[in-house]
Amino acid sequence: MEIVQLFVYGVLLGSIIALGAVGVSLTFGILGFANFSHGDLMTFGAYIGFLIYTQLALPFWLALAAAIVATAIVAVAIDRVLYRRFRQRQSIVLLISSFGVALILRSLIQMIWGPDTRLYETGITIAERYWGIRIKDDQLLIIVLALLLVALLHGFLSYTKIGKAMRAVADNADLARLSGIDTERVIMWTWVIGGGLAAAAGVFLGMDTRLQPDMGWFLLLAIFAAAILGGIGKPYGAIAGGFVIGIVMELSTLVLPTEYAPVVPFAIMVGMLIVRPTGLFAGRST
Amino acid sequence: MTLLALENVCGGYGEADILHGLSMTVAPGEIVAVVGPNGAGKSTAMKAVFGLVQLRSGRIRFDDADITRLRSDQIVRLGICFVPQSDNVFPTLSVQENLEMGAFIRSDDIRPQLERVFELFPPLREKRRQSAGTLSGGQRQMVAMSRALMLEPKLMLLDEPTAGLSPKFMDQIFAIVRQINRLGVAILMVEQNAKQALAIADRGYVLAMGETRHAGTGAELLADRHVAEMFLGG
Repeated sequence: MEIVQLFVYGVLLGSIIALGAVGVSLTFGILGFANFSHGDLMTFGAYIGFLIYTQLALPFWLALAAAIVATAIVAVAIDRVLYRRFRQRQSIVLLISSFGVALILRSLIQMIWGPDTRLYETGITIAERYWGIRIKDDQLLIIVLALLLVALLHGFLSYTKIGKAMRAVADNADLARLSGIDTERVIMWTWVIGGGLAAAAGVFLGMDTRLQPDMGWFLLLAIFAAAILGGIGKPYGAIAGGFVIGIVMELSTLVLPTEYAPVVPFAIMVGMLIVRPTGLFAGRST
Repeated sequence: MTLLALENVCGGYGEADILHGLSMTVAPGEIVAVVGPNGAGKSTAMKAVFGLVQLRSGRIRFDDADITRLRSDQIVRLGICFVPQSDNVFPTLSVQENLEMGAFIRSDDIRPQLERVFELFPPLREKRRQSAGTLSGGQRQMVAMSRALMLEPKLMLLDEPTAGLSPKFMDQIFAIVRQINRLGVAILMVEQNAKQALAIADRGYVLAMGETRHAGTGAELLADRHVAEMFLGG
């Protein structure tokens, strides 16, 4: 029973990691750099949720929507002000500047909301039991909403013109330009999707645990591990990778002391880069 | 009447020029083959038309408009499509999605054109849900050309469409080029297989060292003793 319980917690953590990993994977595939500020976009989303839900006492749905919209706007704005200038440069320039963005975002969050730990709601919620599995209603809601967002993402990437164009640019940016695809518009949508999903992941992480200015930064390693596991640049791989990393992290507590759980994604990532750097799902030829 | 004209084009990718005063024309509905030894600047000439080469001097005109300084995406909108030699499909997208991406700048109903393309390439209709990366080399080339056709271009640029294909597929590709041409699309094609290319071409240019050495109808060039000795392997 303990294994099943941990598996459920793994799915919960995995759904949060997956939402973050999709954005990292998309930005890597389309813009060609590892975005180190992605975790802090998550944190930003979580604190917008705190502002709307806790500080202004407005409904949860509104807080989630506001977090998604605000973070998407901030992500697009950062691209316009900063990353756009470095499009033709080497990817290392973008990577380093994203590191700077991460520090700036985190400092701004600390300046506005302070360095202390915050909670969406104080008090203790009781975990319900379903078939012997302990799970809080909030946690169930997180899993359901995460799956819903993944389904929406799938619809967007498979059935909309701009979603297909995003996959086309990730596949072959030169050919996309030769076909007349407006790559700047594709890039803008990449930040909207990546930022929006990061915000949702941040709010969910805040619901499940608590809010701290470095909450997203600490999860970034697991997010990178998930994106690499799924074959970086492949959004569906990143989702699968997120669930695998989350489940393995929780199950590892059966054999490892809990404080070692963050080591697990790192070990998976390093192992993966050595054994199969193209990711688990790189079966297709390019 | 000319559709495309390169006038004394000089340029390259960096320090040294590859094209040294190249001139050539394509008339509406024509097939023009560009042949010549490796390093003659054949592919560079084609990329120059599409705004992918830094031009030092010369002009490129299309439909009486100067396109010398335009970007690729602006050139596409005028009705020129380019099929690169390699990496010319979106591998993880399905065949149909590849074609839809070819029509990205169109906002009208693309289904009639999709239907025409599937009639031209029946194997693609069967495989339209399959990802393009899983297709054979010949079928990929079909996807690449169909993607370009989705815009109903006036001119299609083909960069070595038969490179790396088996002789059986080569004949098939040349047959397809003629079929596309019969739809009224002018073709400017760079080819290694000079004999076959000149055989289906209305006119041809033999390039060497970044300039035109010989020009004439396909039949004239095939019959020319100098051309045969220099470039067609006797």
